[in-house]
Amino acid sequence: MLQTRALGKLVVVQVKLYLREPIAVFFTLLMPVMLLVMMGFILGNEPVSELGGRGHLDVNLSGYAALVIGILGIAGVPIETATRRETGVLRRFRATPLRPLTYIASDVLGNFAMMVLGVTVVFLLGRFGYGVRFHGSLPTLALGVFLSAAAFLSVAYVLASIIPTSRAAMVVGNVLLYPMLVLSGAVVPQQVMPETVRNVARFVPLTHVVTLFGGLWSGHGLSEHLREILVLGGVLIVGVALAAWLFRWE
Amino acid sequence: MGEKVVEVDGLVKRYGDLTAIDDISFDIRAGEIFGMVGPNGAGKTTTVECIEGLRRPDQGTVRVLGMRPGVDHYALAERIGIQFQVDALPPRIKVGETLDLFAHFYSNPLEWQKLLEQLGLSAKKHSPFATLSGGQKQRLFIALALVNDPDLLFMDEPTTGLDPQSRRAMWGMVEDIRARGKTVFLTTHSMEEAERLCDRVAIMDHGRIMALDTPDNLIAALKAETRVVFAVEGRMDTEVLSDIPGVTRVEQRNGRVVVHGSGSGFLGRVISALESSKVSFGQLRTEEPGLEDVFLALTGREMRD
Repeated sequence: MLQTRALGKLVVVQVKLYLREPIAVFFTLLMPVMLLVMMGFILGNEPVSELGGRGHLDVNLSGYAALVIGILGIAGVPIETATRRETGVLRRFRATPLRPLTYIASDVLGNFAMMVLGVTVVFLLGRFGYGVRFHGSLPTLALGVFLSAAAFLSVAYVLASIIPTSRAAMVVGNVLLYPMLVLSGAVVPQQVMPETVRNVARFVPLTHVVTLFGGLWSGHGLSEHLREILVLGGVLIVGVALAAWLFRWE
Repeated sequence: MGEKVVEVDGLVKRYGDLTAIDDISFDIRAGEIFGMVGPNGAGKTTTVECIEGLRRPDQGTVRVLGMRPGVDHYALAERIGIQFQVDALPPRIKVGETLDLFAHFYSNPLEWQKLLEQLGLSAKKHSPFATLSGGQKQRLFIALALVNDPDLLFMDEPTTGLDPQSRRAMWGMVEDIRARGKTVFLTTHSMEEAERLCDRVAIMDHGRIMALDTPDNLIAALKAETRVVFAVEGRMDTEVLSDIPGVTRVEQRNGRVVVHGSGSGFLGRVISALESSKVSFGQLRTEEPGLEDVFLALTGREMRD
């Protein structure tokens, strides 16, 4: 049973709390934007022969957008949830008729909104600030963003359910996040990576987000990205099942 | 006193080899402030959490408002209020926002603005939780525990860590809550607090209830003596005091005299004996036995806290 009155209110409060946390906003929403601005300043978006006649931003923009989803899903949500469990905030909720499912739904919806917002800001800035040409269809791109965000939020809740403390969540977040950022092509384009690295990168979920965003942005249809959709869909289903089974208030 | 709001029968809770609660039984009746006192580690919080349904007992039965804690969790949560010993909220959540949010968790919440006013937090409505003082945080948690207008309120050590002024304010608040017809289950390790607030007190030690009665009955059962203490110039002849009926012992040290005794009119007889023998005395006070003495008599040691 989903408690709609409680859910609506809780989503609003979750988003407000998130936006009031300057460090969280910086690392999740602002950092990808800053990366984009810095790369735009240093490298510009002139066509380059090594990138097949495309500009640096043409190639990297989808990576910066994927960064928002990766950081929030792997570090942001697990750290915040572990902190709330550790300090007793979740216990405070447990003393009321609020159901765990309602709480999780509110947190997922709030963070989903933040991910979509962050990705939108990156894409808009790339498109209108740096003239990165968009060849795809907006609804298709939106579907790709929604699927990726949902998949990473399910991973976030699996991590949040099994990591006991906020310190552990920070360590796990960093250990998973940095290799992921590098391997996935979110920061360094996949095109310039050696074959062996790209083979390893295939096992990193964020790689599939970067590939999917890049493809959909440049005009591919969903049917050309069945592999990415299957991987992310699989992550989503397994993640939701695991999180529902593992989540504890205390 | 009214019907039974809480019924605990043969409750046992173990953590590994440690028996935190060792077969306790008691009832709480509608409209009373029921206190559970004892030193840290006596099993008070574990008992409260078993009754709230946040912990599962190993043996025994618990009924709260006719429901089974833990099993009928959501129905029970609608009708009880819980204030934890260690409680928390996100640091940046605002006071008004918090109450509005929690009001949305219940089917029949109170008007939270009025509740804030009653608890003296209206001026703090827009303040983030992290900026509140200890007393203000405690009042906010009480407001959260009251927002569903509960029949039964749990308060686990509500005054621990508060300064004396906030502590007295909290006592006033608990009395107001009872005056509104609620039943209160309060734990404390302050005997003074239990004596001052509670209608009935269970004294706990090592997971057992050592005694359960009204504070007055517990103290009366001790048959402990009253002490009359006063100061004199130099030394006085204490024979005039030890001859008074009811006096058991007189001590004199460093210009202070302590008269031990009991019986009705004991104090009056001491004073008239002093006046008729023209002793000039000052700073006279009496020391009545309290729950502290009850604990000492029951366990053979002082409350260690």
